[in-house]
Amino acid sequence: MSKYYLFQDAKKCIGCHSCEVICKSNKNLPVGPKVCQILTIGPRLVDSVPKAAYIFMPCFHCEDPWCVAACPTGAMQKRAKDGIVFIDHDLCVGCKTCMSACPWGAPQWDPELGKAVKCDYCMDRVDRGLKPACVTICTTSCLHFGESNEIPAIRRERYAKAVAALD
Amino acid sequence: MEREVYSNCFMCSVRCPIRVIEENDDVKWIEGNPHVAGIDGALCPRGSAGMSLLKDQERVQTPMIRTGPRGSGKWKRATWDEALDYVADKMKKIIKKYGGQSVVLGERTQQSTHVSKTFLKAIGSPNHFTHDALCKGSVNTACRSLFGYTDSQMGVDMGNSKHIVLYGRNIMESIEVKPTRSVMKALDKGAKLTYIDPRVTVTATKAHRYWMIRPGTDLALNYALMHVIIKERLYDKPYVDRWVKGFQELQAFVQPYTPEWAEEETGIPAQEMITLARELAKDKPSVLFHFGYRGANNSNEIYLRRSIMILNTLMGSIESKGGFFFKKGPGEVGGKPARKLTEQKFPKIEAVRFDKVGTPDFPLPDPNHGLGQMLPAAILNEDPYPIKALIVYRFDPLMSIPDNSLTLEALKKLDLVVSIEINYSDIAWYSDVILPESMFLERTDCPRQANGLKPQMFLRRQVVTPRYDTRHGAIILKQLGERLGIGDYFPYNTIEDLVKWQLEGTGFCFEDFEKKGFVAYTDKQIFWDRNDGIKLKTPSGKIEFVSSLLENAGFESFPAYEHFPSPPKNEFRLVVGRCALHTHVSTQNNPYLNEIVSENKLWINSSQAANLGISDGSLVTVASSRASGNIKAYVTDLIHPEVVFMLHGFGHQGERGTRAFNKGISDALLQENISDMIGGSPALHETLVTVKPA
Repeated sequence: MSKYYLFQDAKKCIGCHSCEVICKSNKNLPVGPKVCQILTIGPRLVDSVPKAAYIFMPCFHCEDPWCVAACPTGAMQKRAKDGIVFIDHDLCVGCKTCMSACPWGAPQWDPELGKAVKCDYCMDRVDRGLKPACVTICTTSCLHFGESNEIPAIRRERYAKAVAALD
Repeated sequence: MEREVYSNCFMCSVRCPIRVIEENDDVKWIEGNPHVAGIDGALCPRGSAGMSLLKDQERVQTPMIRTGPRGSGKWKRATWDEALDYVADKMKKIIKKYGGQSVVLGERTQQSTHVSKTFLKAIGSPNHFTHDALCKGSVNTACRSLFGYTDSQMGVDMGNSKHIVLYGRNIMESIEVKPTRSVMKALDKGAKLTYIDPRVTVTATKAHRYWMIRPGTDLALNYALMHVIIKERLYDKPYVDRWVKGFQELQAFVQPYTPEWAEEETGIPAQEMITLARELAKDKPSVLFHFGYRGANNSNEIYLRRSIMILNTLMGSIESKGGFFFKKGPGEVGGKPARKLTEQKFPKIEAVRFDKVGTPDFPLPDPNHGLGQMLPAAILNEDPYPIKALIVYRFDPLMSIPDNSLTLEALKKLDLVVSIEINYSDIAWYSDVILPESMFLERTDCPRQANGLKPQMFLRRQVVTPRYDTRHGAIILKQLGERLGIGDYFPYNTIEDLVKWQLEGTGFCFEDFEKKGFVAYTDKQIFWDRNDGIKLKTPSGKIEFVSSLLENAGFESFPAYEHFPSPPKNEFRLVVGRCALHTHVSTQNNPYLNEIVSENKLWINSSQAANLGISDGSLVTVASSRASGNIKAYVTDLIHPEVVFMLHGFGHQGERGTRAFNKGISDALLQENISDMIGGSPALHETLVTVKPA
């Protein structure tokens, strides 16, 4: 597991896809690969109120990544200092094994490059003290990034306010 | 070497402040301007796709002159001199034969609108119009009838609101970054959200209360809310006593409009209306009924928009924290706004406007914007006079004016059609000459006066050199003006010269914008005193429920409500709207945005679809009195059975925009060109359509 945690505050997400678009702009990707993606489930009526879920799917940067184990060339790597899982494109031969291995479909195909691409938490940005592209520009600031224990306790605070009922 | 540039986005008309990183004449990064409170770095999906517009090879790359019949797609590339000479020669002949008024220029309002207005005034034409009326002409008129201010002179303090009521204002898909974030902020602080729409949108999924109202009946709902608020004395009495003219007339008028009556009309249970009115009263005056962004649904639109603002007034939420406020300009703190070229002296123009705004035909719509939807009839009937040339600037009459075939028929009568455009839009494709404009990352622009609680001024700055042989619209019009002998009205050679000229006297200069992208005239929020200091601009100095603007023009302030009929069996009202990925008709060909939403679909209620033998995803034929087309069906319970819905802006016909070409269909094809003849908006939601399997 990388030492980072990317938290989506689903209550604030409006499914606008800006995260997806800035990710592609920042990585200069062609049409096709979606390194991160918003999936909309619903809307449907829940107790006669319409509800929908907007689920953010980047790479989870696993502790023991299936993709790294499966990669035959050593292109897919886990960065020693912080556990970010990334692809060294000099070593990638475009065999797609990582795409088969990942249970969540995180590695994507770049048809122009002829190689796999994936979320690397924008590690070039992280190394400069910035946040990943998606987190930086999120329309409603529903995405949060940091070291795993430093993410604000948004859901606990919201729940506490709701049960306190001081008004 | 990286360079930071503060600028304004222009993927849509909201023009959010941005911070751009440039390196080696390339754009590396765009984010929302982190120095602007309420933006805090955020960027919507269209803004996030700005870099792909910069690089898009399907933009118009050089001036183009048509060589085949109109719309045939036969073009020759031209130099700027060739294209401008060609347009100027044609215009000279037209002006000589038919007069300056035979030239019309239509655009979407922008920072250099004062340049295009100058261009027309200088050639002696009163015929500048903007897209505004097509979107919200009646909202503008409604606000002037009550307050003496236009809708765009009023703002909404949503972040501090305790209860927000939205009538189809789909603020989580039709995104303006700052207001959208304000709503999220208010919700975080415990505000309630009530959303009213015949269709479930993303906003509906975030609301505490959602009403699937019968389409076209929002006005009945509002009259019933007023009835309850007045009957139960839930209104802000001191505020109403101090500021309102015509309260008693309203009280008498809404007396028959009970919640039970409105339940029949709207389908919303009477008791729920009463509950809402009581809830709002508890939180007044920090509540707001949003007046909408687009307000162009029905032919009684002005009365719906007035009713919304009357409800706000009853709650005392006009000029209130968490409600509406009047936007404060630099003058409020002794500052000066940027100058405009329109402040020059021009020859007097005798001719009336082509749309007859300002005459007894249309006494009330705002002549600053005109009525674009009246253009086809004016051309076809040569009424009030022949129109022979049309210049469109960032505006597409073929997709934005209802009834595309009528518009096309009218354009055929013109001797000259010129587009100032970035993309191969439908109107560019149909034009005689395309004069390609630089996109927002390639140009500096005129200052943007941002009035509000704290008046500010923003500046768009050029980040990189233009990718293609394009120019700024204000330079294009100047160079055309020089060829027409009106060059003296454009005292600049570059946009930077023009900006310097505009900033003279404001006390600010270019360099002041470099640090944060904007300058502020004050650092304190200005609210007028609600007891005594609201500077209303109506003749009475009050909020005019009984409106002198309306009554002096021969219209009623409170006409009796007319039942809005359900469609005949197997027919539907066509309603239209937006998604987060696209701006009106201009972004459908963007590679990244098109990848996510590439075509529109027809939403239809499940039970109606079952009756008609339509399955989800199947191709259907949708037909109105004007046209028909094929589109994929989206079958869902989450839309009212009386309507079908489609996204606006699809079905493009400009073949060189290959990604959007012929994808989905255009709502303007099906819509009838009918309007609210008092307020000025088109009635985009009144057209009836049939739907059957294709």
